[in-house]
Amino acid sequence: MIELHQVSRRFEVGGQVVHALREVDLVVARGDYVSLMGPSGSGKSTLLNVLGLLDRPSSGRYLFDGEDVTALDDDQQALVRRVRIGFVFQSFQLVPRLTTEQNVALPLVLAEVPLAERRERTAAQLQAFGLADRGHHLPDQLSGGQRQRAAIARATITRPDLLLADEPTGNLDKHTGDDVVQALEKLHDDGLTLIVVTHDQALGARAVRRLRMDDGRLEEGAA
Amino acid sequence: MKIRDRATFATSAIRSQPVRSTLTALGIGVGIAAVVLLLSLGAGLQRFVLNEFTQFGTNLLSVTPGRKTTFGMSGAMINAVRPLSLEDADAIAALPQVERVCPVVMGNVAVEGGGHTRRVMATCVGASMPDVWRFSVASGRFLPAGEERRARPLAVLGDKLWRELYGERSPLGEVVRVGGDRYRVIGVMEPKGQFLGVDLDDAIYVPVARGLELFDREGLMEVDVTFRAGASSDAVTAAVRRTLVARHGDDDCTITAQQQMLDVLGSVLSVLTFAVAALGGISLLVGGVGILTIMTIALGERTGEIGLLRALGATRAQVRWLFLGEAAALSVIGGVAGLALGGGAAFLLHVLVPALPVAVTPWHALLAVGVSLAIGLGAGVLPAVRAARLDPIEALRAE
Ligand SMILES: Nc1ncnc2c1ncn2[C@@H]1O[C@H](COP(=O)(O)OP(=O)(O)O)[C@@H](O)[C@H]1O
Ligand SMILES: [Mg+2]
Repeated sequence: MIELHQVSRRFEVGGQVVHALREVDLVVARGDYVSLMGPSGSGKSTLLNVLGLLDRPSSGRYLFDGEDVTALDDDQQALVRRVRIGFVFQSFQLVPRLTTEQNVALPLVLAEVPLAERRERTAAQLQAFGLADRGHHLPDQLSGGQRQRAAIARATITRPDLLLADEPTGNLDKHTGDDVVQALEKLHDDGLTLIVVTHDQALGARAVRRLRMDDGRLEEGAA
Repeated sequence: MKIRDRATFATSAIRSQPVRSTLTALGIGVGIAAVVLLLSLGAGLQRFVLNEFTQFGTNLLSVTPGRKTTFGMSGAMINAVRPLSLEDADAIAALPQVERVCPVVMGNVAVEGGGHTRRVMATCVGASMPDVWRFSVASGRFLPAGEERRARPLAVLGDKLWRELYGERSPLGEVVRVGGDRYRVIGVMEPKGQFLGVDLDDAIYVPVARGLELFDREGLMEVDVTFRAGASSDAVTAAVRRTLVARHGDDDCTITAQQQMLDVLGSVLSVLTFAVAALGGISLLVGGVGILTIMTIALGERTGEIGLLRALGATRAQVRWLFLGEAAALSVIGGVAGLALGGGAAFLLHVLVPALPVAVTPWHALLAVGVSLAIGLGAGVLPAVRAARLDPIEALRAE
C-alpha cells in the first residue's frame, strides 16, 4: 500500500542543510502494524509527515496504493488526507472550545457529510471508544486517556486505510497508555494499517514489524 | 464545509473569548450606531427644513429694499436706500408671469379687545396674502381687495390671538384697538404654526396701507411675489429686477427666490450630512482595524488548530473561509448591535424632541449590515490569507 523509493527530506536552517530523511526505501503492506523507534531528531516525525502527505519529499517517489501522490497538488493531497489517512498526535490536538462530539465529527464536517449521517456515525464512534457519555464535554473536562481516545475516534471516523500515530502514549502514564494502545490494536485487528512512532520499548515490541531510524536512515529489525 | 458548519465554527470561536469578542464587535457597533443616528438625524433635519420652507410653495420670491451683499448681510445698513413702495408692488404685479403680489409691513403692537390686551405681531399685508402664503381664513373673510391705498380699518385675527382675547366666542364684528385706532374684526385665520420662530397665529392681520401709517414708514419691508407654475424662477427674478431698476434708476433691491434658498439649504444640509457620515466612517475604520488586530492575534493563538485542520484534510480555501467567516460574523454582530443602538438613540431623540423628525429607514438597516459585513471581510482578508498560507507541519510544531 505504501512504497517509498529513495525518499529524502532536507531542511535548510540558517544556511545549513539538515538531512531529516536520507534515501529512505520502505514498503508497507495493507493491514501491517509497524512501530518506528529511534533517538530524538532522527527523522521519525518527518517520515510520518511525508507518509501522511503533510510534507513533501525533497527527492524520491512515494506511491500510495500504486498512485504517485507526490505529483498531487495541495487540494488533492488534502482530499487524500481527509478520507484515507488518519493522524494521532502526542499532544491530542483537540480543539479546546469544541465538545468531544464536535471534535470527533470534524473530518465529517470538512467532508460535508449530511447532518443526520454525521450524528449517527459520531455517536457510533463515541460508543466504540467508550466516550458515549462524554460527547458534550469539552476536552479539558476529559482525562488524558479519554482525550487521546477522542483523538483516535476523530482520526478513524472517515474509516481511513492508514493511521499514523506520533508518540500517541508520550503524554500518558503507563496505565492509560495501555488503554490507548489497546484501542489502536483493536483498529489494526479490524484491518487498519497502523504505523506508530514510539519511545516505549514495550509498545514498540508489540508491533508485528519493527523499524528503527537513526540520523535520517531507516533500518529494519527490532531494537 | 457547509455554511451552517462554518457559522457554528465561527460562533464557537467568538463565544470562547466573550470579553474580547464583545469589545471588538463594540468597535464596529459604535461606528455603525453613530452613522445610523447621524444619517437618520440628517435625513430628519433635511425633511424638517424643507417642510418649513415649502409650506409657502416654491413658486415664490420675495423682494426687500437694499442690496444684500451676501446671504443674510444687508447693505441697507450702510447706504440710504430708496423705499420699496406700493407702486413698485403694482408694477411687479403687472408682469405677465406674475400671479399675485403681497406687500408686507410688520411690527410689534398692543392689541386691546374682549377686555384683554396682548402684544402681538401686526402683520400688515395686501388682500392676496392667503393665496401667496397659503394661509386660509377659518371664519369670516380676509381683508377686501381694491383697498390698498385708502384702507378701511379692518382686521383679521390669528388663531391664537383670537383665543387669547375672546376665548371660544366669535370675534366677528367686534372692535379691537390697535395702536390707538379702532379696527373692526372681519375674520379669523386658521392655525398655521411658526415660521422661523415667528408665531403666525399670535398675530393680527391689517391692511398694508394702515401698517405704513401705524409704524410711520416710508416704504414696505417686503413684497412677496408668486409666479405661474412652469415659469422659471430665474426668469421671473430677472423680470422683477428689470422692472425695479427701471423705476428706481438703480439696482437697489434684493430678490430672493424660494427655490434658490432651498437649493442653498439643501446643499448645506447635504454637506453637513456627509461630514457627519464621514466622522462615523472614521470610527468604522477604527473598528475594522480592531477586527484585523484581534484576528491576527487569534491566528497566532490558533496556529496548532490550523495545522490540525489541515491534517484532517482541510484545504487552504477551507481554512481561509473559516477565518474570513469569523471576522465577518464578529463585524456583523457589531453592526446589528450598532443598528439597534443608533436606532434606539434616534427613537429616544424623537420622543424627547418631537418637532425634530428623525427617520430610521430599512435602508439604514441594510446599510448597517452591508457596511459591517464589508468591513469584516475587508479586515479578515489579511489574517485569513496568512492562515491559509501556513505550512501544516510548521503549524503543528507550533504547539
Ligand atoms: N520544519 C523543519 N524545519 C527545519 N528543520 C526541521 C523541521 N522539521 C524537522 N526538522 C529537523 O529534522 C530533523 C528530524 O526531525 P524530526 O523528524 O522531528 O525527528 P524526530 O521526530 O525523530 O524526533 C531534526 O534535526 C529537526 O531539527
Ligand atoms: Mg518527533
